Amino acid sequence: MGDAVAAALLAVGTFLVVASAVGVNRFDDVFCRMHAATKAATLGVILISLAAALRVDGNTVPKLVLVIVLQLLTAPLGAHLLGRAAHGRGELSPRTVLDELADADPPDGRG
Amino acid sequence: MDLTSTIAYAGLAVAALLCLWRVLRGPTIAERMVGLDLLVLVVVSGIGVDIVRQGESVNVDVLVVASLLAFVGTSLTARFIEGLGSDDG
Repeated sequence: MGDAVAAALLAVGTFLVVASAVGVNRFDDVFCRMHAATKAATLGVILISLAAALRVDGNTVPKLVLVIVLQLLTAPLGAHLLGRAAHGRGELSPRTVLDELADADPPDGRG
Repeated sequence: MDLTSTIAYAGLAVAALLCLWRVLRGPTIAERMVGLDLLVLVVVSGIGVDIVRQGESVNVDVLVVASLLAFVGTSLTARFIEGLGSDDG
């Protein structure tokens, strides 16, 4: 039973990681690509960690919980830092329809 | 479990190649960094698949360290991009 659940979590997690790799190639600019790379891949890594937690002995489970917590903390932080830096350099797609940061931080390379 | 993890390995290999393609294509430093960040996550996922397949816990420490290294690399690159002028990169 536990093995079947672990296999299902593994399959879904791998699918999410692959989907985010596809998204990183298909999307238009760095912000859309970050959207694919952070959200989907974070959930994928979390599901794979849960699958691993079902397969190892009880002493190792806290380390896998640590992996999940670190992933949830660092993925948005890193994406925010990188997005802020890229926005300051004006790396927006010409198809962008809304740039709510434009007033505070004009995307013309001066930021 | 063997079949599932083999399929997972194959999928992650494709994902790693797609990430490498993004790193090579660019065109900006930030986009290369997104590709590298995702590549580290693919490696972390691969180690996770190995843990599931073997049922052993020796590699869990590697999992923790690798997921932290991705964040350090991304934040350092973000600082680097902010310090660049507007005409290069």
